[in-house]
Amino acid sequence: MTAARSSTAGTGGPTDRTVNELRDIAQLAVELARRAGADDAEALVRDGSELTAKVRLGEPELVQEAGSRALGLRVLRGGRRAVTYTSDLRREALEALCAESVTLADLAEVDEYALPPDPSLLAKDVPDLDLYDPRVADVDAAWALRQAIAAESAARKHDARVTNSEGAIWSRVLGATAFATSGGFVGGYLGSYASLVVEPLADDTTDPTNPKKRNGYWWTGSRFIGELEPAEAVGIEAARRTVATIGSRKVETQECAVVFDPEMARSIIGMLFSVANGSSFWRKSSYLIGKEGEAIASPLVTVVDDPLIPRAPGSRPFDGDGLATRRNLVVERGVLCPVLCDVYSARKLGRQSTGSSGRAIGGTPGPTTSNLIMQAGAMSRQELLRNTPKGLYVTHLMGFGFNAVTGDFSRGAQGFWIENGELTYPVSEVTIAANFDEILKRIDAVADDLQLRSAIATPTFRVSQMTLAGTSKN
Amino acid sequence: MITSLPAALRAPFSPGGGNAIDAQLAHRLLGIALEAGGDYADLYFEFRVSADYALEEEQIRALGRGITLGLGVRVTKGDATGYAYCEDLAWDRMAHAARTAGQIAVGGGHPPVGVAPISSVSLPSFYAVPTPSLVVSAHDKLALLRTGDRAARAYDPRIVKVEASLSESIKEILVFTSDGRMASDLQPLIRYGVRAVAEHNGKRQGGSGGGGGRYGMEYFELAARDAEAHGREAARVAIAMLDARDAPAGEMPVVLGAGDSGILLHEAVGHGLEADFNRKQTSNYTGQVGKLVASALCTVVDDGTISNSRGAINVDDEGYPGQNNMLIENGVLVGYMHDRLSSRHFGGQPTGNGRRESFRSMPLPRMTNTSLLGGKDNPEDIVRSVKRGIFAKRFSGGSVNITNGDFVFSLSESYLIEDGQLTAPLKGVNLIGNGPDVLRRVDMVGSDFELSDGVWSCGKDGQSVPVNVGTPTIRISSITVGGTQA
Repeated sequence: MTAARSSTAGTGGPTDRTVNELRDIAQLAVELARRAGADDAEALVRDGSELTAKVRLGEPELVQEAGSRALGLRVLRGGRRAVTYTSDLRREALEALCAESVTLADLAEVDEYALPPDPSLLAKDVPDLDLYDPRVADVDAAWALRQAIAAESAARKHDARVTNSEGAIWSRVLGATAFATSGGFVGGYLGSYASLVVEPLADDTTDPTNPKKRNGYWWTGSRFIGELEPAEAVGIEAARRTVATIGSRKVETQECAVVFDPEMARSIIGMLFSVANGSSFWRKSSYLIGKEGEAIASPLVTVVDDPLIPRAPGSRPFDGDGLATRRNLVVERGVLCPVLCDVYSARKLGRQSTGSSGRAIGGTPGPTTSNLIMQAGAMSRQELLRNTPKGLYVTHLMGFGFNAVTGDFSRGAQGFWIENGELTYPVSEVTIAANFDEILKRIDAVADDLQLRSAIATPTFRVSQMTLAGTSKN
Repeated sequence: MITSLPAALRAPFSPGGGNAIDAQLAHRLLGIALEAGGDYADLYFEFRVSADYALEEEQIRALGRGITLGLGVRVTKGDATGYAYCEDLAWDRMAHAARTAGQIAVGGGHPPVGVAPISSVSLPSFYAVPTPSLVVSAHDKLALLRTGDRAARAYDPRIVKVEASLSESIKEILVFTSDGRMASDLQPLIRYGVRAVAEHNGKRQGGSGGGGGRYGMEYFELAARDAEAHGREAARVAIAMLDARDAPAGEMPVVLGAGDSGILLHEAVGHGLEADFNRKQTSNYTGQVGKLVASALCTVVDDGTISNSRGAINVDDEGYPGQNNMLIENGVLVGYMHDRLSSRHFGGQPTGNGRRESFRSMPLPRMTNTSLLGGKDNPEDIVRSVKRGIFAKRFSGGSVNITNGDFVFSLSESYLIEDGQLTAPLKGVNLIGNGPDVLRRVDMVGSDFELSDGVWSCGKDGQSVPVNVGTPTIRISSITVGGTQA
């Protein structure tokens, strides 16, 4: 093999030929690792290129354009393993990496569960999920800058209270990925993703003695350029969200209903996955251990993980262990389904993988989500709000504040106060807290506004009661 | 400077390496970068070798090693930046990156500026590690994991699970700038951690201990920094938290313990004083230099010169030496943290805060070691002064909205204060406040300044850099506590 390290940047993006080339490199690395003494080896190779175009106040601020390649290797030898990576894909460099990896593995202790998947479980074919749009690759820096300028300018024109800007960023990533294992799997695919985000700023002089600045943002993103929202619409929505926060204030500490905007609701469902996967189970790092088959959420909650949706942001044709991917139920009408597993966590738990393994270059495989989707409800968002006498509508969450072991949840929040079914004034600098078990079980309304624009997608939903900490009661 | 470095850990671009880069070659590349009319360019060569070791279930499990090599090229034209990188130091790849970055200046209409003659910047030495840990036999490091694991298990039979990890890296950088500076640095970094889970009567709680910095293996010989001490600390927190009760909700006085609590400074004021936000007038501290922005008890510095501290830098990633910068003196805002772009905008000198995650990212103004300096109060008196409030001892993280100054930080170990005494441990809880408001409410500052033990990483614009924080015990007269007991 020749030293093939050409970058994809500026050459119109990766092609099927790129994928084939990466498959060859992955297979070569597996072969070299076996020759170096590994019982088994798995190699993941990625060729990625990025374009980032940022403007601020109408002027270009940053254009970043580059491509890179890297290979991640895992070797197994007698139940011992090591994980390594390199950006040097020349044959001699791969030989050195393989030798070093085997030496490193010998330092580990035997882990009887660290075995490759049974070859019969490996994916036989790689479905075409339509994850790559060549038109994304055709975008050049000048066009990307124009899109960002149009979005930012629309935001600034939309409302005179928008006085400044953090800017607008149009960016794209293109990637070719290939994976090969000594068990016989080899596969690869192309992916693209483009996005535009705008962040306007407003001056808030509601309290003249303590003037503040306020920010908000809006974004659009898709694997397909034709599915992006128009730049102007993104800018206008960003401006609308920004000026709506002018005059934000704390509210009194109390127990109240909390409605999560879809943008924030998805972070709640993401947390659900963090305690409903095989890895957190065998590590005993989840409050849900032992609760499969039991009601852990309100009957209104159904969550699926579906990697096979064509064109979707989180889709993948095979998983990080080389297994075929499949749709899995995570929660069905409030009942916890068997948790998502990769091969290793499944073995630790004495069960089969759900085809949910994710792997990054230089990382150990583990269960990850693909497209994690909470099913929509029947009522509109307006109807949901109308039926909420009083509470907090959350548009931003801050901080970490989640203990997977106990389920204790406490995070900073921003949003709007709901009074008699209407959004009234903006709220900031408060926290919302409850045990996660209570949060999920108290979901008492789910709206119909589900949109699959990010890999975790949820509709608006309401939690009937949480503790809101704000100002002290007088 | 490290002298005894084996060839495998030396950067290919260093003298004698397979892709040695000298001033002459750099000069040519910078010339290409500026061809289209840019007014400044720099080259950032980086070589990083890292290794990770992890112990789970009393067994050495994950071992990892990685090598990163690349060049980042930046070209600026006014406030606009062009950036490109390559991972191959072949001439044509480097020249392609230089040309790509230079495109930002196309159509500028100015004659190209020349590249100044390049000479080395003289640098301080804050982490002269005698032997980098990567050179030491892996067996010694695995022994440290076992020691931490055993110490945590031995602490209490209720400890049911322990994980120990060690990460080490050595990063060599070489910077050339079109205004004629050249700087190189070798930056070691080590981090050790133990996490323990305790279980009793159906309750489970976790605790962690750990530390590190720009050290070799000698880190573990420092007082209370050995693997055993970290293992015991993880177990102590997990056991203490078994009795944790629900935290209160609402506004109340909070006493922040020395050391780790510096994360509050980092979030509440640090980010807001990074000059890029002020150049763009997007920070609450914009236009506030010379004004009282905190209680007069507060003096805040960002000090890149603290020997062996995780945030220490001999040189920043734009080739400017690390410095100790006064940010707030007795409550008055003195200055911002700058990178090259912002220092030019404000007409001042760079402060040695231009940092980047890797050759794939452009430098930004970033913190190094950010501290609130010690005051006069006896730390015990500070706790005694509180009738009902919270004592914050350990933190798991924080974040801030720089625009409006709202910040959150998460407590992993805290206690209720009742009538001046620490009473019950509290479940994990967030504090939320507004940076400028909270700093005005600092009304007692202890004499017990302590630097945190080197575990923090700071994220901004998707770039992570190692930092450190420090503070004495301080009292905040009122802040919102995000518990569940309304």
